[in-house]
Amino acid sequence: MLAIRNLCRNFGGLQVLQDVSFTVPEGSVFGLIGPNGAGKTTLFNLVTGLMRPSSGSIEFDGTDLVTVPPYRITALGVARTFQNIRVFREMTLVENVIVGMQQRIHYGITGALFKLGTFRAAETRARERAQELLSWFRLDHKAQLLAESLSYGEQRKLEFARALAAEPRLLLLDEPVAGMNPAEKDEVAAEIVNIRSRGYSVFLIEHDMRFVMRLCERIAVLNFGRIIAEGPPQEIRSDPRVIEAYLGVDEDA
Amino acid sequence: MDWWQTFWATYSTLVFSIGVNVLLAASIYLTLWCGLLSLANAAFMGLGAYTAALLTTQLSVPFGLALLAGAALPALVALVIGVPTLRLAGIYLAMATLAFGEVVRVIAINLNITGGPLGLNGIPQDTRWWHVVLALAVTFYVLARLRGSKMGRAFDAIRQDEVAARLMGINVTACKLTAFVLGAAIAGVAGGLNAHFTFFISPNEFGFERAVDILTMAVFGGTGGLLGPAIGGTVLTLLPEVLRVMKEYRLAVNGLILILVVLFLPNGIWDPLRFRRRRQRLAATAGIDSAGGA
Repeated sequence: MLAIRNLCRNFGGLQVLQDVSFTVPEGSVFGLIGPNGAGKTTLFNLVTGLMRPSSGSIEFDGTDLVTVPPYRITALGVARTFQNIRVFREMTLVENVIVGMQQRIHYGITGALFKLGTFRAAETRARERAQELLSWFRLDHKAQLLAESLSYGEQRKLEFARALAAEPRLLLLDEPVAGMNPAEKDEVAAEIVNIRSRGYSVFLIEHDMRFVMRLCERIAVLNFGRIIAEGPPQEIRSDPRVIEAYLGVDEDA
Repeated sequence: MDWWQTFWATYSTLVFSIGVNVLLAASIYLTLWCGLLSLANAAFMGLGAYTAALLTTQLSVPFGLALLAGAALPALVALVIGVPTLRLAGIYLAMATLAFGEVVRVIAINLNITGGPLGLNGIPQDTRWWHVVLALAVTFYVLARLRGSKMGRAFDAIRQDEVAARLMGINVTACKLTAFVLGAAIAGVAGGLNAHFTFFISPNEFGFERAVDILTMAVFGGTGGLLGPAIGGTVLTLLPEVLRVMKEYRLAVNGLILILVVLFLPNGIWDPLRFRRRRQRLAATAGIDSAGGA
């Protein structure tokens, strides 16, 4: 579904990603792990068009994403959440989710100016869909509250709902359990299983090994900008290179 | 209807000024809505004023048509300068648009057709009260519809978090350009209307001071809802008149009121978000009370 080939990205002389290649298969939960600063978020920024790669290609269902602007990438079916939550704090939950539908709501300027039937129908449908998505995450009873009044965990769920509103086929989750306690992590893990069972493909990055191991069908490990291992969790768990990257050998701090 | 005639004879200029200032505040409201601090609206107003005035005085074009041209030319200019400048953020955009304003002013001073530093005189007094009302009605109708549509939601999203907005499928560049161009057109109409009731315009009317005045009206009124620019434009036009009783302290008191509003109502007088937060807090405490009582 998502094929990354020989991807490189430099910041000045710093090579953040070097010759990264892997494929995210359709209909699964794929994990990319690696220590802090390994280049995980940079990879997400490249896939979503926020940054451009220095070289290499990113293909989504056969379309090369490298020169496509971010809003077109969203329209093609890729949505994401953020490591440091980025909900629209001064909007209600419903409004947040409807913003995610930007590329799925279709009406023209005249429709909006004169409240034509197409406009009304599209707006009503958007509100209903937003309510439904919020109910998936049990936030529908707070639909009319401002997003700033939600707890950290709830804001994360709101981000999930907003990303799903874009009707993505591939959902990118950037450290979905960063800063959460074990109970909250369990809850998020359950949500991700739910999302997957609804037919979405999930690609997540995390450095919580345990979380990734129990959730992902396949895992790639990134260390200092290079993929050092890729495979199913049990293989990754026993891979000496992965253990070295995480626990270090001798002189490593 | 005697009282009306007396009233109108005394205050028609003031009423026209309120209308024009509310239009100007609405014009900058559009860019602020997207989180853009653009100070080009005084220049757009000037462009509209000169375009409309030259058309009516030199070519005897009907007033309505001249007004439309006075909206179209600034909009076109905004489209051209918007593409490179709207990439800038925050204070850098303010600087660039301010510089653009100076360029327009200096060009107006040096061209013959604009009457140089003396400006244009003897512009026909074609503006009627209903022209202003119509312009306000159309502007506020369009803005209200914009608020209720996906474009308005996109503006809100861009102001609150541009990166998230971009990744939620919003074409940020197109949205910003739309706000900038639409704001320029509104400022242009305000300029055309203004020129045709003051019957005299000069380049210095459209300089730095005007740019700051426009911004002040919008910020004072509030940029969280449509009523903000309407309140800001009205109050700040009336305030110096009402304060005439203060005689020589007039401007000092005017400034003091501005400072107090900014200190205690940092988001302006009309701040729907503040109202909403208060409602939400009240609802929350009411919920706790009833739960405690049960």
